[in-house]
Amino acid sequence: MKKLNLSQDVIDCGRKYAKRIVDQVQEHIDAHSTVAVERSVLRLLGIDGVDQAGVPLVNGIVEELHNAGVLGKGAMYWFVNGMIHTKLSSQQLAECIVNKTIHLLELPRIPKGEIEDAALQLAIHSLTKIKERRQEREAWIASIGKGQEPMLYVIVATGNVYEDAIQAQAAARQGADIIAVIRTTGQSLLDYVPYGPTTTGFGGTYATQANFQILRQALDEVGKEVNRYIYLTNYCSGLCMPEIAVMGALERLDVMLNDSMYGIIFRDINMKRTFVDQYFSRLINGYAGIIINTGEDNYLTTADAIESGHTVLASELINEQFAFRCNMTSEQLGLGHAFEIDPQTPNGFMYELAQAQLVREVFPKSPIKYMPPTKYMTGNIFKGHVQDTLFNVCSIMTGQSLHLLGILTEAIHTPLIHDRFLSIESAKYVFNNLRGITDEIYFREGGFIQQRAQEVLEKAVSLLEEIADVGLMQALTLGYFADISRASEGGKGLQGVIVKECSYLNPFIPLMLKGGKSNA
Amino acid sequence: MLDVHHVKPYGDTLNDGIVQLSFTLPIPLSNAAKEAARQLTANMGLEEAAVAHAEGISDTFSFFIVYGKCSHGVNIAGITVPEVALEVLSKKEIDEFIRTHLNRKLNVVGACIESDAHTVGIDAIMNIKGFNGHKGLESYHEINAVNMGAQVACEEVIHKVYEIQADAILISQVVTQKNIHITNLTRLVDMLEAEGLRDKVTLVVGGPRISHELAKELGYDAGFSSNTYAEHVASFLVQEVKRKNMWDNGKETG
Repeated sequence: MKKLNLSQDVIDCGRKYAKRIVDQVQEHIDAHSTVAVERSVLRLLGIDGVDQAGVPLVNGIVEELHNAGVLGKGAMYWFVNGMIHTKLSSQQLAECIVNKTIHLLELPRIPKGEIEDAALQLAIHSLTKIKERRQEREAWIASIGKGQEPMLYVIVATGNVYEDAIQAQAAARQGADIIAVIRTTGQSLLDYVPYGPTTTGFGGTYATQANFQILRQALDEVGKEVNRYIYLTNYCSGLCMPEIAVMGALERLDVMLNDSMYGIIFRDINMKRTFVDQYFSRLINGYAGIIINTGEDNYLTTADAIESGHTVLASELINEQFAFRCNMTSEQLGLGHAFEIDPQTPNGFMYELAQAQLVREVFPKSPIKYMPPTKYMTGNIFKGHVQDTLFNVCSIMTGQSLHLLGILTEAIHTPLIHDRFLSIESAKYVFNNLRGITDEIYFREGGFIQQRAQEVLEKAVSLLEEIADVGLMQALTLGYFADISRASEGGKGLQGVIVKECSYLNPFIPLMLKGGKSNA
Repeated sequence: MLDVHHVKPYGDTLNDGIVQLSFTLPIPLSNAAKEAARQLTANMGLEEAAVAHAEGISDTFSFFIVYGKCSHGVNIAGITVPEVALEVLSKKEIDEFIRTHLNRKLNVVGACIESDAHTVGIDAIMNIKGFNGHKGLESYHEINAVNMGAQVACEEVIHKVYEIQADAILISQVVTQKNIHITNLTRLVDMLEAEGLRDKVTLVVGGPRISHELAKELGYDAGFSSNTYAEHVASFLVQEVKRKNMWDNGKETG
């Protein structure tokens, strides 16, 4: 239901500018690849495992090609040439390369057409596996259903994957619909993905393929018990963004944190690297039917929520266009925002309502992700519980989709088991009590909430217009988002960006582009 | 009458000792589990323990809210807590202090180091906007504040210290799971020592679980916890830097 009297023309205009912004960046994306993208390609071919020093095989292979300066042709070109010659499986060949019994660059070159044909067949075969996982998810949901919106989304973060599984199951029994396993602090800056089940992490658990599998199994198990499919979430961000996407697609994750700019702004990852990485990762997420979450909520942890409300909307429109370039559907875009206004603000709740309703109306088909208060949470857990309650009320009143539960001990520690329980219990109480409220209320014509929402929308559109003029990279340099500025040549990971040669081979890109929307 | 040598919690009568607890036991809810919660509370030194609420929160966990009366008291007269000795100046006074005592800006590097990804603390102190209406160090005319953000390697901090000739380093640590903050903080001190920089800078750490005592123990000049704003930190810096007489005497005018 539309309640804000927003001008559709203004919204369309915002989308037009956002598209122009993204089109400019897409030229850079199309011309480049990265070491992470190339490692993802190898992972898609089925290569897994680590060498004796614990370095993933895909890192060993890509690094060798990168050092030799031949990655511009695409790892696929060299690797498939190797496979045709040696008649080994991808995993066997990878092991031989890392053991130095086979040197990819020393093998005779097969005609390019033959390599391309073989690469295409391999890619089609690899993507079947991902498609199967997608169909599995759809079958689960068709048979036992899923949580009702706003879906209750909680976090586990013990550092030990086996403990995470226990807590995740407990949370599902308590009523959680979505479980995110927070990553260990620091993983976003690792230029490799750790391997195997892990039991030591700080403030979270390593994202590894084995850990994904353990959690998936635990949630499938508990899903049968509670009779609803439980979504599993992880973090498709940082220097290994596209590789995590591959792992998530293969292990049937359902939701991935996957922002086009978060790493640049908050992790100081180089923007030229991130833009290329986010593209390939979103192709995979799109194809796998995964819902992505964007990270605009984070802007408000550094910038002021009232002053900067429009930057959230502007960024959501940019994130949407980046996702559309990967043929993702609106239904896959969990655009993020947050309840972060200073609790001392008079009528703060009305500002929150205006912002939440605005996001809902600008993206009517998207599963909006709503984040709880964090910045103004304190050690006063009793007050914190009330702050979270207001957040819950705002969420149900404005029809948010993915509701990340606020936890009363937010400012103290990662959630204890009963913290999570109390949080789920109170959200269920609020949602149940207010279940039909949205249909009963409207906002006064020309009143505070309508005016505030219209103002934020207009400011967002002028900001987008400005960014379209200077270009997104320049805008990031000037600190347009979250008051943080990043240089286009600065940050981590720039050395992993590669200029594609005209013969660059990566059949996954056209295949996934074709399949993103069509297999939905 | 209040006995300062034997202070007890106050519920609604002096010395009633009332305490509220909540905790989870990793056992299914049953009458035996409730009794276990009560006995456990009694073992903590709480008399008349009463389980106000008990609830199964999964097949294998039960949650309790318990009240009891604390039998212990504490001698408040015998307690001393190390705190940062500090005269808190206003933003204006701090700028004035620097102008009076130094003919250049005060150079400050801030970072949330190593594995810690949480910028909220360092931003509250350093960003122009600050926090809760208290402007951050970047807004001080006489302070050259460089906020390096989160997950900054100690090597990068040291590099920046050389680059801007820092007078002070502000370190934030939010994540304390498995004492990771101790490891990170120690690493920086060790590296500063090795570089011969430790005595040339004022070194401050802040975070919700940081105490001044812990900071001193780790070799820092001061530790700040919650409810600290930029003016507290800046007041400490200018006074400490002056006390240590580290400023270039040739330029000192005050």
